[in-house]
Parts: sequence; C-alpha cells; structure tokens
Amino acid sequence: MTDYNFAYLDEQTKRMIRRAILKGIAIPGYQVPFAAREMPMPYGWGTGGVQVSAACLTPDDTFKVIDQGADDTTNAVSIRKFFQRTAQVATTERTREATVIQTRHRIPEEPLTEDQILVYQVPIPEPLRFLEPRETETRKMHSLEEYGLMHVKLYEDIARHGHIATSYAYPVKVEGRYVMDPSPIPKFDNPKLEMAAIQLFGAGREQRIYAIPPFTKVVSLDFEDHPFDPSKADHPCDLCGSELSYLDEVIIDDAGGRMFVCSDTDFCAGRQAEGHRGRLSPQPDAETTP
Amino acid sequence: MYVAVKGGERAIDNAHRWLAEERRGDREVSELTIPQIREQLSLAVQRVMAEGSLYDPDLAALAMKQARGDMIEAIFLIRAYRTTLPRIGHAAPVETGSMACDRRISATFKDVPGGQVLGPTFDYTHRLLDFALEAEGLKPEAAPATAPAHAGDMPRVTDFLNQDGLIQSETPSDDTPPDMTRQPMEYPAGRPLRLQALTRGDEGFVLSMAYSTQRGYAKNHPFVGELRIGAVAVQMKIPELGFAIEIGEVTLTECETVNQFTGSKTEPAQFTRGYGLVFGQSERKAISMALVDRALRWEELGEDNLGAPAQDEEFVLSHADNIQATGFLEHIKLPHYVDFQSELELVRRIRAGTETEKKEVAE
Repeated sequence: MTDYNFAYLDEQTKRMIRRAILKGIAIPGYQVPFAAREMPMPYGWGTGGVQVSAACLTPDDTFKVIDQGADDTTNAVSIRKFFQRTAQVATTERTREATVIQTRHRIPEEPLTEDQILVYQVPIPEPLRFLEPRETETRKMHSLEEYGLMHVKLYEDIARHGHIATSYAYPVKVEGRYVMDPSPIPKFDNPKLEMAAIQLFGAGREQRIYAIPPFTKVVSLDFEDHPFDPSKADHPCDLCGSELSYLDEVIIDDAGGRMFVCSDTDFCAGRQAEGHRGRLSPQPDAETTP
Repeated sequence: MYVAVKGGERAIDNAHRWLAEERRGDREVSELTIPQIREQLSLAVQRVMAEGSLYDPDLAALAMKQARGDMIEAIFLIRAYRTTLPRIGHAAPVETGSMACDRRISATFKDVPGGQVLGPTFDYTHRLLDFALEAEGLKPEAAPATAPAHAGDMPRVTDFLNQDGLIQSETPSDDTPPDMTRQPMEYPAGRPLRLQALTRGDEGFVLSMAYSTQRGYAKNHPFVGELRIGAVAVQMKIPELGFAIEIGEVTLTECETVNQFTGSKTEPAQFTRGYGLVFGQSERKAISMALVDRALRWEELGEDNLGAPAQDEEFVLSHADNIQATGFLEHIKLPHYVDFQSELELVRRIRAGTETEKKEVAE
C-alpha cells in the first residue's frame, strides 16, 4: 500500500476535514457540513468516523477501534486493519494505551484522559430528523434554538408509556445551546459524554462533523418530574462480576438460558486479569487456588 | 459455556477467500476477460461509468468482473477509485451540438435537418429469445455500411423552436458549476447541482421518479424533442499552450424534452425544457433525467408546487444516490446488539409497568 497517502486520504482532504473539526470544536454540538469523500468501505460502515480518524492520526498515534464496545467485532477488525495498512500506526485493544479511539455505539467504561481523542461513527447526525425529515427545516430549527418539538415528543412518550421511550441515541443539549445526537450509544453512556478527552463525531453519508470539547457541559434532555435515567440491565457481569458496566445479553442454550457480559471487552478482560470473577467464570483449578 | 467471540479477523479473511472462489465460478468454464465484458456487455459497462462518474470502460469492466455482475457493487468500486484521483483541471464544456451521432431521433417533428437516425436500438426488436446466440463461434452478420455521421450536420431540434420564440430560452452562464463531490450538498441546490446528482443517480430511482410525473404526480406531458447518442470531443485548455486541445472523446446520451406550459402571470404561453445528459448509451436514464429535471423546475417557471415527490428537490437529491442508499440500507446487518439491548430493557420495563397497572385495575 504505497500508492495511497498516509492514512489513505490526501493532505488537501485532511486539511478540509481538520477545518471542519476545528469549527465543530469551536461551536460545541453544531453540525458542520463537510465534503465527505467516498471511502473504500460502504456508507453506514463508519465512513464518517474513518475520515475523522484519518484526519487526526499521526504516525506516533496508537489506535483502537471498537464496535458495540468490542475490539473483535468484524467491522472493528476491518477498520483497524484499514489503518494498519494505510497508516502503519500502532494499534491496541487497551483503552488506556490508545491515543485515538474510534467507536461505534459505545463509550469505553474506563474514563478517558486529556491525551485521548474519541471518534464516533454517526449514522444520522440530526437529532430532530425523526421529527422533521427535511434538512432545510431542521437547520432552521437549530439556528432559532427551536427545540419545542423534541420536548413534545419526550412528553408524549411519558404520557403514552410512562417512560421516555428512547433508549439509545438519546438527545443531549451541549453547553446550553445545541441539541445533539450522541450517535446510537445506549443512554447508559450519556453521563460519560462530559469527559476529559476530545470527542469528535463523523457522519460520512450525511456529510456532517460535530464535536464536544473536553469538559463541556452535556445534559440529557428530561423533565424535572421525569429525570433522565441512564439505566442498564439489572445484573452483574457473569464473567467479571462488574455491577457498573453496560452489559450484553447472550443466549447460551436452546432453553433460552441467558448470561450477561460486559459489552466493553477490554474492561472485562482487564477486570478478569485482576482476579475478578462472575457467576459463570471458569472455575480455577484446585492446584492454582491459593 | 460462552466464551467471548473472537476470531473476527480470521472469519473475514476466510469470507474473502470464499468470495473469490464464488466469483470465479466453475473452473471448467473459461474465465471472462475484461475486453469481453467491455465489448459484449457494453451497456452495463456504460451504466457503471455513468453512475460511477468515471469514464473508463476498462476499469468499469474490471469492476463488473470483480463485483460478480452486481451493478451497484461495481459502481461502488469505481466511485471509491475515482475519489482517490487528483484533479488536474477542468475540461471545456463539451459541445453536444457537434456530436458524431450514432443515433438521433426527434419525436416532435417528422423530419429534421440531419434526419432521423435509428442507430443501434432495441426499440423495434421483438423480444424473443435468440437461441442462435447460445451457439458460440457463429460469425456475426456485419451491419450495413452507413455514411458516417458528420459532426455539425445535426443541429439541435429545440433550436428551431427557439428561433420562433416558442420555447423558453435557457439563460447562458459562464459560472463555474459547483462540484457535488467536493462540496457538501446544501439546499436549495440549484440546477447545475441537480443535474450532477441526477446524472450519477441510480437509474432505477430516476426512472421511477420520472414515471411518477407521467402518471400524474406533478403531471407535465413531455415530448422527446431530441435524443442523440454519439461521441463528443473532450477539450482542455492547457495553460502552457494557452489554447485548448482535444484530449479524448466520450460517448454521451443527451435528451431534451419539450413540455407544455400554459404560461403564468409573468410568462407568455410557451414550451419549456427538461434536460438529460448521461455517460454512454443510456436512453432510459437520459429521458428519465430530463423529466425529473423538468419537474424540479416548477419554482423557476412559476408553476404550483403540487406536493409531488418529483418536485421535491431535497427528497429527490437526497435519495438518488445508490451508493449512499445501499450503504445505509445494508448497514443494519452490522451488529446492533448494544442498542437492541437497551431497547429490550425499555420494553421489559414498560411491560412491567403495564402489568402492574392491569393488576391494580383488576383489584
């Protein structure tokens, strides 16, 4: 792969993307239009995130990719391989070792630091899209800070179901101004959006980049009498025993038996290495038991 | 016992190897060559070039071979290649008026200067399977020799109408048109961007949009004023030379429709135009494009917005691209179990709430 520039994109394109990123950081939560390129993976596979990562990576970076919290899901493997080939950057599965982390649908459990960048893959950047399909209208609504429709939708959920019926891609307000889609992360992850790392969001097909600078105020929309509730499955992890991590439910037998495991594979493996055990952890051999 | 799912990398490699084997098919059957695809599946090659926005028959043929004949996959391969190419410069606008036409027909006049030239068309074939094609190695019958088309012998049909002022004139402009592959799409897009999006748009989508206008969703009955297919020279101004030189030629299909228009408060009754221009020989696409172009011009021509899909610029342009559409559509097969898990929890909670309420009501 010598025919392509470092990290695939040409420098002009990277500069264009970096400008969009800087603008995004300057206006937290605002969706900056950018001329997304056609990438060698399909739209919907993370082309926005890949372009943002390509614009951020330097040869000294250490890159981590997760999909559903896991490093070994097929598309995470594929994107990691892409940058190994085109940028020859070091890669890791350890959250704390990574300088740039590209993610789809999760925020790592381990708190990120000021030295890290978290890049999100975004399918539909517009939080108002499901209420108003027209871009021309939603842009106007953002510029006028006209978010009443969103509150009405949340209110109607409560009136109808007793709960706000949004469990992922739960809308947030950034720095008291823009309502933003945090990408389809479970609402459990929303409180982590206030963090030390830079968070960049890339939507390739929809040609938008937006950002949350470090330590920016991010509020999940709610009502005083129906406060935001970052719920998760009410179980500990069956492999590492963590009570605090987001869990995947896995069907383990024909009778519909279930187990719950951390969706963040690095977090879970790290805890197991530290000796934490869950309900279904393999029993240690008698000899090795102290 | 559940162990964390590992081995994604090996699974991908194996899938790719299996795919390569399937692509080759039965090894007893000789392998397709790129020239065979280019020469004998030329309309498919031309569609890949048109929607891939890259005029290179050999690369388009290669993409088709690699994509196992999946057109959208082939178009995708071409797009992903095209996006890496540097922009050296811009060609001068091609002069389709001096096209060397293989085919040129007008539905509005029985005869026109330059004549009606049917050319290689399916139009009047009977769609009966030709089993003779099954037998390989037959010598093809040579086409009867025709006088080669002379560039400039075929003036545009709509120009005749324009001489009488019966058709709306297009405002000439020397502005550099925007480039949708280098700027994010913003609405309203304007006609140059609309035409760009339509010419690389999915043939099926553009066809259906055009068809919907014919069936009455923003009805505007068009006539094919002229349809022409042939080669045009591509010229480029070379700064070092200070003048334009010919750097090659491309085959294009151009369609101008003539539409009824009764006039508005500001405009006298006259005919209006729709325009389609597509790489290669693709009449279906060029005609469809012209109809959709015309439907999208309602505002400029002072017509009513009837709320029809084909009049809606944002709707048409945001959904015309098959690479975007297929990507987003197919991405739902990627893992979504994190989101699904959160939905599961929510549904369980809402159901638990309803059960308690029911019990309370029963008691």
